[in-house]
Amino acid sequence: MMAKWLIDVAYFIVAVLFILGLKAMSSPVSARRGIVWAGAGMVLATVVTFLTPEMRNFGLIVIALVLGGVGAWWSGKVVKMTDMPQMVAIYNGMGGGAAAAIAALEFARGEIHGPVVTTLATLGALIGAVSFSGSCVAWAKLQGVMKKARRLPAQNFVNIVLGLAAIGFGVAIVLTGEPAQIITFFILSLVLGAVLTLPIGGADMPVVISLFNAFTGLAVGFEGYVLGNPALIIAGIVVGAAGTLLTQLMAKAMNRPLTNILFQPITGEAQGGGNIEGTMKELSGLDAAAMMRFAQKVIVVPGYGMAVAGAQHKVWEMAQLLEKEGVEVKFAIHPVAGRMPGHMNVLLAEAGVPYDKIFDLEEINAEFPLADVALVIGANDVVNPVARTDKSSPIYGMPILDADKAQNVIVIKRGKGAGYSGIENALFFEDNCRMLYGSAQQAVADVISHIKAMAA
Amino acid sequence: MEGFSAIYIFMLAAFTGYEVIARVPVILHTPLMSGSNFVHGVVLVGAMVVLGNADPNSPLQLTIGFIAVLLGAANAAGGYVVTERMLAMFKRDDRKGAAK
Repeated sequence: MMAKWLIDVAYFIVAVLFILGLKAMSSPVSARRGIVWAGAGMVLATVVTFLTPEMRNFGLIVIALVLGGVGAWWSGKVVKMTDMPQMVAIYNGMGGGAAAAIAALEFARGEIHGPVVTTLATLGALIGAVSFSGSCVAWAKLQGVMKKARRLPAQNFVNIVLGLAAIGFGVAIVLTGEPAQIITFFILSLVLGAVLTLPIGGADMPVVISLFNAFTGLAVGFEGYVLGNPALIIAGIVVGAAGTLLTQLMAKAMNRPLTNILFQPITGEAQGGGNIEGTMKELSGLDAAAMMRFAQKVIVVPGYGMAVAGAQHKVWEMAQLLEKEGVEVKFAIHPVAGRMPGHMNVLLAEAGVPYDKIFDLEEINAEFPLADVALVIGANDVVNPVARTDKSSPIYGMPILDADKAQNVIVIKRGKGAGYSGIENALFFEDNCRMLYGSAQQAVADVISHIKAMAA
Repeated sequence: MEGFSAIYIFMLAAFTGYEVIARVPVILHTPLMSGSNFVHGVVLVGAMVVLGNADPNSPLQLTIGFIAVLLGAANAAGGYVVTERMLAMFKRDDRKGAAK
């Protein structure tokens, strides 16, 4: 009885720590404190759970705990910052898998009774399994294991049939609960998650990862109800709701309704209005350096290309040089720059760029006409003006950074190809735009050397 | 747990989650997604309980339970490390004298 009481109190404290932690994480000043609180909550929850009465199999529990914990801890420590999104995806998928496995074990034990509990257990299993296999596919794509977005013939039809079949077997489990039904149900759910994620690519990926994050939260909450565990219910539902909101915010930032992301993915072939008049005009590193050195105001638009090249440190070095010469430098971040919202902020922060120099789309767009130079580094679709003008373009309506409105635009780009989504960029053909070809790292280093030479 | 009190918990938790995120700057979206990803790692606790209750003579139950704990532990540990690493990078402009 004593143990039961202790566990209840501990779980209550855990729930409070989680909520306070998440709250603290929503402000840059207190964010680090937040994760420490949530971490303390997790440790407390794990330790106190060992006191649960009538527990067995301690050996197995400890082995699984250590294997999973240490493995993930190590992989999380060594992963590069640019690869963060897929790590979040895979850890999230594992959480979903754990929720589904909890349901599977409770079914196997025959410990689930009553329609309400069975329904929630099944629903949690479905959502958790979809999140698991979907996140694995998302990981494989971002990691480059799986190269292309693949669309099955009649993709939406397949999705709907799979979804309905999984739900059908779920209902059958609630009604009768034969082992064969349960196994089929789990297989269908796993296939559904993978098939749903296969055709999704490009800038839509982060939204999907966020959606799966919300899914896992819900799945955890539902299984928490099945187990009568308030810590799981509260943490799961809080994350489910927060994740849903976050997903909506992201989808809104791209002006793509969630249904479009899931059912009408952007693909390379689907480009409309591909014929853009004009030519791309090249310029040298020296000219670029001079333009910025004698500018009043430079706005840097970093994109994923910069991050992949690992050029953020060089870019910040250049910005500091320019500031020393009296040039005002600001960084403009599109909500979906990088592979997740805020990913670019993290990458810039890693390079040491203070976050009061980094501006959101709404904050900075009015300033582009006042800027002498907009320096676009490895960004493409997020500065493509066709999003404003060309209704046939797949990215039409997506809010973009108005880099084209700056007096001069310098684009650092590796080659002449189209962007991540495969859409031609009208900006590159504008009269005020000059292309500086080369890897971001090299090009910026070149510019830096010229600026230094001018200062000397 | 009583059916109805659980529904209250569901509702209040949902509102809490919504409110906690509602006014978050874009800059924190990724760390927060990662942080909430860590928080649902508490599924580990549920996994431990079900493995703890599994029949020691049933290889099927033990295997499923083992997988559940393994995945749950990875979710929690990985989620923490990744979030911590991201948040460690947030610091103000040092020239204004405000350290991290």
